[in-house]
Amino acid sequence: MAIAGREADTNLPFVSLDRLSPPSADAESVTRPLHVRALDNLQFIRDTMERASAFTAISGRGMIAMGMVAIAAAGVASVQRSRVEWLAIWLAAAVVGAALGGAAIVYKARASRTPLLSGPARKFALGFAPPIVVGALLTWALYRAGLDGVLPAVWLLLYGTAVVCGGTFSVPVVPVMGMCFMALGAVSLVAPPAWGWLELGLGFGLLHIGFGIAIARRYGG
Amino acid sequence: MAKTTGVARHRDAADARPATGRVGGRVAARASSALDRIIHERLRLGIVSALAVNTALTFNELKQLVRATDGNLSVHARRLEEAGYIACSKTFAGRVPRTEYRLTAAGRRALERYLEHMEALIQATRER
Repeated sequence: MAIAGREADTNLPFVSLDRLSPPSADAESVTRPLHVRALDNLQFIRDTMERASAFTAISGRGMIAMGMVAIAAAGVASVQRSRVEWLAIWLAAAVVGAALGGAAIVYKARASRTPLLSGPARKFALGFAPPIVVGALLTWALYRAGLDGVLPAVWLLLYGTAVVCGGTFSVPVVPVMGMCFMALGAVSLVAPPAWGWLELGLGFGLLHIGFGIAIARRYGG
Repeated sequence: MAKTTGVARHRDAADARPATGRVGGRVAARASSALDRIIHERLRLGIVSALAVNTALTFNELKQLVRATDGNLSVHARRLEEAGYIACSKTFAGRVPRTEYRLTAAGRRALERYLEHMEALIQATRER
């Protein structure tokens, strides 16, 4: 490698660009003007940071907060007899949880000086959003058809799908969490409808808290 | 092999910081006169850039990010560690060894200086 060879020749810690080929030393790059090589280096740094910033996109503390909201909702929903109140509790929990999770992501991004609209964040959002939109539409359709019993399974399966899709651009533990949601959703499909609050509490509550603790410990918050 | 300490290296780089707004070629020459060779190598630049936006990264995470082989990453990470730009900690997760890297304050300053050098070069060319 050209750079390694040059380092063997001299022991100087710095080198003049007059003697220097660019980091990707090849015939084409050596003939390029200095400012083009400088631009290329800046672009390389930006790309690397953008790829690496995916590791900090998700807030573990936000997930813990979302999990606590879900456990509280499961407790309240378990004693509800009315269909509409049961649904209203979970929709309210979803809105509060999403707000807490979103605020935690913004806080974490600001604390680590990571741009929120970076490439990985956009890719995460693009992967995450479609299954959530489908989930919202199916919630409306299934509720109208009187099929509330399958809603927990549909929510767990589609949220898991969203997390797996978005998590492809995040830390490895995120897609694993999504798969756990999908597995629980699959179990929920064959479980008695009366257990819906329990399945949602286990999924949106305990899975969020468990993985949130892991992410907060491992990925700085 | 004569070694320069990290402190001396930083002082040299600071002294040679370019003055922008001069005639293009001269400024470019001054801007480039103290380019940090440690960080200029592409793989090492990738390691430092990745660590700049993370609290810490494991060996395997870094390997994926900079698309390097085990041996190559190991050699370049050691070079950065010797320069005081990154810190390495080795622990065990159960029985599996775990190597973790963090960017030091000196490493962050080196990256900032490198970015300034690149921007000065571009600026100098535009003023030409």
